[in-house]
Amino acid sequence: MSKETNFIFNQTPQVLQKKKYCRFKKHGIKHIDYKDKDFLLKFINEQGKILPRRITGTSLKFQRKISVAVKRARHLALLPFVADGLK
Amino acid sequence: MNKKQYETVIILTPVLSEQQMKDAVAGYRGLITENGGEIIHEENWGLTKLAYPIDKKGTGFYHLFEFTAGPDFIKTWELAFRRDERIMRYLTLSLDKWAIEFNLRKRSGEIKTSTTAKEKKAVFNASKLDLLIDEDDD
Repeated sequence: MSKETNFIFNQTPQVLQKKKYCRFKKHGIKHIDYKDKDFLLKFINEQGKILPRRITGTSLKFQRKISVAVKRARHLALLPFVADGLK
Repeated sequence: MNKKQYETVIILTPVLSEQQMKDAVAGYRGLITENGGEIIHEENWGLTKLAYPIDKKGTGFYHLFEFTAGPDFIKTWELAFRRDERIMRYLTLSLDKWAIEFNLRKRSGEIKTSTTAKEKKAVFNASKLDLLIDEDDD
């Protein structure tokens, strides 16, 4: 390996990313309401797809509950299955 | 048999008049009480825009029932929905302890959902919904 690449890989990032956290654990939310569509909008992207955990920072326990809630909202036509420019 | 708490949301066709919609809801209310159930809470969301068309309709009357009933009742309850042409969609859930607590707190106004907060702002835009109804009548 050249000297240059070593320099890149050994470097610790100067600007630390803000630590992600699970908003449900932090605020003690136990139940996710599938009827609250504006709340669920935070967990889907522009196309109406459910955002992955690595982006929202949600814990696995609540990611499962979100995915169920979004699917219920879609069944009741509160959220679209497919959309273009939802936000 | 032990009773459980359930929640049902139904979407009625926008073709119905206000009175017909109320009659349909009253019919289902009767169905719960006839079968030994008890209504805990009801919500009428009125004519609401759908996120995607169902049966070529862009809007629908949403109605929410929260009730207790025996588990055998759900079979007859959902069968009635499937036989009824006025109902476009339905969703029945049995509520766990967190959901019951959440609903109680929501009714007492302790929790404000982001949708309800937005609806208060949208009251002024309610006249726009009337335009949508006209589009559906074909």
